[in-house]
Amino acid sequence: MSDVVERTLSALPGLLGQQDPGAGPGGGPGRVSATSRLGGLIRSITALSSKHEEEKLIQQEQTNLKATVSAPTTTLRLMKECMVRLIYCEMLGYESSFGYIHAIKLAQQGNLLEKRVGYLAVSLFLHENHELLLLLVNTVVKDLQSTNLVEVCMALTVVSQIFPREMIPAVLPLIEDKLQHSKEIIRRKAVQALYKFYLIAPNQVQHIHDKFRKALCDRDVGVMAASLHIYLQMIKKNASGYKDLTESFVSILKQVVGGKLPIDFNYHSVPAPWLQIQLLRILGLLGKDDPRTSELMYDVLDESLRRAEINHNITYAILFECVQTIYTICPKSDLLEKAAKCIGKFVLSPKINLKYLGLKALTYVIQQDPNLALQHQMTIIECLDHPDPIIKRETLELLYRITNGQNVTVIVQKMLDYLRQSKEEYTIINLTGKIAELVEKYAPDNEWFIQTMNAVFSVGGDVMHPDIPNNFLRLLAEGFDDEKEDEELRLYAVQSYLSLLEEEDTFYPQKFLQVMSWVLGEYSYLINDGDPEVIITRLHRLLKQTFVTSETKAWIMTAVTKMSSRMSCSKTIDKLIQEFSTSLDTCMRQYAFELKHLCENKELMKNLFPLDASCDEIMVDASLSFLDGFVAEGLSCGAAPYKPHHQRQEEKLSQEKALNFEPYGLSFTSNMSSSGFTGRQSPAGLSLGSDMSGNSAELGQKETNCLKLDGVRKLWGKEGYLPKKENKTGKEDKTQPVPQDSILTAHVVDPPLMQSEQQVVSLSEEEKEKQQLASTLFVGLGSNSTISLIFESLSCHFPVIEAQSMESCQKCVQLEKVCTEGVLSGSISYHLDTDTHLEFSLTFSLSDFIRPMKMTTEDFGRLWLSFSNDVKQNLKMSPSQGSLSVALNALKQKLKLHIVEIIGNEGIAACRLLPSVPCLLHCRTHARTLALWFRSSCSALPDSLLYQCQKVMEEA
Amino acid sequence: MIKFFLMVNKQGQTRLSRYYEHVEIHKRTMLEAEVIKNCLSRSKEQCSFIEYKDFKLVYRQYAALFIVVGINETENEMAVYELIHNFVEVLDRYFSRVEKWYVMLNDQEVNDNSHYHLTKTNTHLSFFFQSELDVSFPIMFNLDRVHIILDEMVLNGCIVETNKNRILAPLFVLDKMAES
Repeated sequence: MSDVVERTLSALPGLLGQQDPGAGPGGGPGRVSATSRLGGLIRSITALSSKHEEEKLIQQEQTNLKATVSAPTTTLRLMKECMVRLIYCEMLGYESSFGYIHAIKLAQQGNLLEKRVGYLAVSLFLHENHELLLLLVNTVVKDLQSTNLVEVCMALTVVSQIFPREMIPAVLPLIEDKLQHSKEIIRRKAVQALYKFYLIAPNQVQHIHDKFRKALCDRDVGVMAASLHIYLQMIKKNASGYKDLTESFVSILKQVVGGKLPIDFNYHSVPAPWLQIQLLRILGLLGKDDPRTSELMYDVLDESLRRAEINHNITYAILFECVQTIYTICPKSDLLEKAAKCIGKFVLSPKINLKYLGLKALTYVIQQDPNLALQHQMTIIECLDHPDPIIKRETLELLYRITNGQNVTVIVQKMLDYLRQSKEEYTIINLTGKIAELVEKYAPDNEWFIQTMNAVFSVGGDVMHPDIPNNFLRLLAEGFDDEKEDEELRLYAVQSYLSLLEEEDTFYPQKFLQVMSWVLGEYSYLINDGDPEVIITRLHRLLKQTFVTSETKAWIMTAVTKMSSRMSCSKTIDKLIQEFSTSLDTCMRQYAFELKHLCENKELMKNLFPLDASCDEIMVDASLSFLDGFVAEGLSCGAAPYKPHHQRQEEKLSQEKALNFEPYGLSFTSNMSSSGFTGRQSPAGLSLGSDMSGNSAELGQKETNCLKLDGVRKLWGKEGYLPKKENKTGKEDKTQPVPQDSILTAHVVDPPLMQSEQQVVSLSEEEKEKQQLASTLFVGLGSNSTISLIFESLSCHFPVIEAQSMESCQKCVQLEKVCTEGVLSGSISYHLDTDTHLEFSLTFSLSDFIRPMKMTTEDFGRLWLSFSNDVKQNLKMSPSQGSLSVALNALKQKLKLHIVEIIGNEGIAACRLLPSVPCLLHCRTHARTLALWFRSSCSALPDSLLYQCQKVMEEA
Repeated sequence: MIKFFLMVNKQGQTRLSRYYEHVEIHKRTMLEAEVIKNCLSRSKEQCSFIEYKDFKLVYRQYAALFIVVGINETENEMAVYELIHNFVEVLDRYFSRVEKWYVMLNDQEVNDNSHYHLTKTNTHLSFFFQSELDVSFPIMFNLDRVHIILDEMVLNGCIVETNKNRILAPLFVLDKMAES
């Protein structure tokens, strides 16, 4: 565009703002005047060259818009147009909250297209918890009852995009009615709306599960497809509840694959590909670990593979999903073979997107079928040096899955190489976590272990997950079974850090420095020939560095203190004390004084810092009873008795005689809600913590000073985890009873590997390198499977024998995210002639994490008012549940509630979600219904507890 | 699950954005800037999928316009890659049916810039997608309609409809009613 034109355009919006607002017929798309104002804005924005100019222009635009939308003369048509411009402003990142209310008004008052734009603007502007959203409910209810189908459609669309959870009951019956509507589009959108409700409040739609089934069997494909979204979610949560639907899903997929759908569902002549993918996912979930259900789907999976033969991206997408499903369900050999072939085709493809898909599939199946990795080893090696980082990344992911004790060094080296080039925070967090895990599991020797962890700490810096240094330190501190080996490891660590600190002015991340100082403080005594003075000098030098944060300085000071307890006198320490006694940093000053006083009493100091005792438990007197004498003395001298913080606050407020706008007991509740919900989210919402006894209710008085770390190592055993190869060969052996020798040879022969080794002679140097890499990477994958066990029939009875030794270990399971149910699975490996592997899985429900919470009625009242998240529901009571006290007692027993008080037909109860998230319940009976009202500081808790209550009431 | 759907031009200007999880406005602009930077840095030979933070980006380039979809690990990258194309085909069908739109374009643009001149034979949106013109202009002028189309296809981060007739049906009805 020429300069002149550009300048004219940038002046446009100003000019346009003054034009007659109602000009032109603003109907169909592209009517000149309807879009010209927006068009002008867009064009001038596009022509701008700096952010500053854009800001100025948008500000001007917003001022114009603000005036227009609030002017009473503004027509709805103009309002619609303003909304689109507001959408545009927000899209560019300029908040236009002054228009939100007008969007709601437009949805309420506009004619069809205006209404639609109003709804659109609402769904774009507001979020789920926005307070203005409540104003939309009436409009939605009205439109749902409209005789105009277009309006019904719009209302259903907006409901399935954004709707306040607490208002669901207001529209639910209307939407349920729509499930029987004669038009497919209405039924389809009603199902979509119910899907939204299922996502935000699952128990509110529980009673309509049979209607979902009806939707699944709907004569229209669209309605059926919409119901699949709900089913996918429900099956993900609880596959066993929907096994009976397997045949329906299979027959639907058969019809889709067989081309029975109307032709307009095709995409590039592939019938409803996204629907196929959805169905394949559902089948995978249903067939997992269930041979009988898996059997039902073998045919259709075979057909899907067969039909997807056209070379088009969309068929690749289907094939990928198919392969995943085949490897998820119980295996069938000929299907696996076809799937493997398919993966091979992907991996070898010159198309980069397809190669990526192949690698991803390979990564998914590799643990079940390590031979596949052997087949494609050369491709994998090539991908490892691929110029596209995402291919490299996916390859590393694959290698991570096939790591064992023999190839760990090479694989970890490759991961570190990648890590050093990456600057992306998430990649660093992810990869350092994986490396640390592999290193812990498979480290071949001390040197390598420490060196690799040094690399992880240097590269991972301060972004890596804090568990990594914590785990590492605990590993060092707790050691393994062999005391001598432990000492060697610690000694090596000390030596390695000393040499790292030797160089002046080298920068290390804070976390790394903290690890170093802890290890030096704890284990530097292991160096027999070294002079402790040297170590202290190096630590002292660090303390003076500017890049060292005050947190790290505290670690270093602690290390120095520990070391000084083992030395008679040291010039450096004296100097250090002198230096920091006048430090401006109060913490450092305090450390220096503490150290000074401790140094004067070496005996006390030795008691305080015993050698190698970091794992010993220290009893902490949480009630501070040793101060009782001090307190008594103070009281006798006339000091005022101690009052807790909230009490002081209350008194202060009541003295001021002012209105109190703060909810009572705020300090108490904020304490509660802040605890327990931090940390990584694990997929099941459960995570393993440790160092706490099973029941943390008793924990209050006793705390250990051990580092809080996860017990990965213990779970996996020294040999680490190897894929379940034995099982597989065991199975084969059963079907083909051949002598052991022949099995051995049969397994050892691994065609691609052998061939490639013979060809080595004629290969170039580069190729040779790759071959070598391959042999180091894929070692221990294929040929290992020769170790096979032949199982005879297992029906015999074993004699009862005494256990030789017993190991007991306790883990604490903590609920991070409120959910109704979660499965904890794990395995125990132990060595008994052969490596044995025991898998277990435990199902926890929310009620396992609920404990009674004792309180008085007054406390209850105070807490009740301070909680904002609440859920109400009426439940039907059966005649046997008669009175309130019977019902409450049932809840008390099953859910471990504490009943605070019952008065007539009303009762209150309290419980807490471990560790200390309170939830309060108020209930009232009235004519065979039990009205439950939950309140809590955690938003998801009332909903989930209500669900548990419903279950209890149903069971009773 | 789909996290967001973006259309961004080569200059880094957002042409359409729809988030399926709430993101603060100022974070959106930051995210969009980073996303487009990521896409622009890639060559044609490279993969159409990028790892970005804890999710993945699937992108497709049409002339000067990028369509980028953010997904989490449960989604099938290739299926999303084709979803983008399906969306473009739907836009193409919609805008080629509504001829007046081109009249508008002719009226307004012909004087400014002869590149925008369209002949009768060229009234397909695919014309834009294949040419070096900024395809986002026609999309931008009808921002509301493009959103309405997208809302029919993707809801709550799920692909809910891919049948072109069904995607467009509600919008055609709206247009018809508005005209009469």
